[in-house]
Amino acid sequence: MAQPTAYKDRQFLAVIGDEDSVTGLLLAGVGHVTSPPDAQKNFLVVDQKTETSAIEQAFDLYTSQRKDIAILLINQHIAERIRHRVDAYTQAFPSLLEIPSKDHPYDPEKDSVLKRVRRLAGE
Amino acid sequence: MSGAEAREAVFPTRQVLGQMKSKLKGAQTGHDLLKRKSEALTKRFREITRRIDEAKRKMGRVMQIAAFSLAEVTYAVGSGALTYQIQESAKSAKFRVRTKQENVSGVMLPAFEAFQTEGGSDFQLTGLGKGGQQVARCRETYARAVETLVELASLQTAFVILDEVIKVVNRRVNAIEHVIIPRTENTIKYINSELDELDREEFYRLKKVSGKKERDAAAAEVEREAKKSNAQGDFESQMEDEESKDLLADEGEEDVIF
Repeated sequence: MAQPTAYKDRQFLAVIGDEDSVTGLLLAGVGHVTSPPDAQKNFLVVDQKTETSAIEQAFDLYTSQRKDIAILLINQHIAERIRHRVDAYTQAFPSLLEIPSKDHPYDPEKDSVLKRVRRLAGE
Repeated sequence: MSGAEAREAVFPTRQVLGQMKSKLKGAQTGHDLLKRKSEALTKRFREITRRIDEAKRKMGRVMQIAAFSLAEVTYAVGSGALTYQIQESAKSAKFRVRTKQENVSGVMLPAFEAFQTEGGSDFQLTGLGKGGQQVARCRETYARAVETLVELASLQTAFVILDEVIKVVNRRVNAIEHVIIPRTENTIKYINSELDELDREEFYRLKKVSGKKERDAAAAEVEREAKKSNAQGDFESQMEDEESKDLLADEGEEDVIF
């Protein structure tokens, strides 16, 4: 059950995405960097060279460690790379959202939440 | 505890029977209420799943438009400089969400609400040289896209929470329906049978006792009868003896001297 304390302080969005998605979302004003001593960005740019372990690490950071993130946006093709982690994630907070990217059109069949929706809707 | 014979370990008395009956009644009321709650939540849940489906499709379209407007910006400004500049100048989030709660049949569903903080953007100078208009438009488009995303996120959160709550409620409903109610009914049945057994035992005992008493009484009667008939003879002969005696005559009684 979600306790009020579990989401009271959550007010940021976090992004794990390719360069274009991150740029666009930052332009909308979601970017946030915590104050200097341990400056943490709330976005991660992933490209072909980024290690999967780095993505997983960021995923962990945004989902379990940071308590100020309400929504985690992740590009679907990046979610594919850590699919087992995404599928295993069932917490309510932060809520995990798979978003399409420019080069990878949105495929509802792969979305882990939508898969659950479909299953429960009995389709 | 399984099977039809499962029952609670109680001592079969009338008091416990009363307790079990009220427990059964409470369980049935609770079952009805929980069932209704579960139905209300499921209705809500279906609505949310439908809306998620819609919102996901909408998001696909919105993100496509946003990506296109970003492409415009990249074309106008020149790609390398822009992304780097934006990523480095992001300091404090202008676009934030706050959560509010909605009560659905006693379940608190959080809903995100996007809001923009006061103060200028971090990207005041972006596109200063060229493409400023495109940048502004792109920012607008992305802000709208993010709003859609926030909406979708709150639906999704509600979905996750409702899913969990419905599972818990259904588990309770089933537990009451298939475990608690049958068990209480079995207990009541057991107590009733035990009480009946006791009643029968008591009845049998009473019958035995009264039979014995009757037998005793009959025997006593017979004995008395016999005694009586015996005594009749004795009495008559005695009467004859006694009558011959003078009642006032002192039979060798000593004189009382005061």
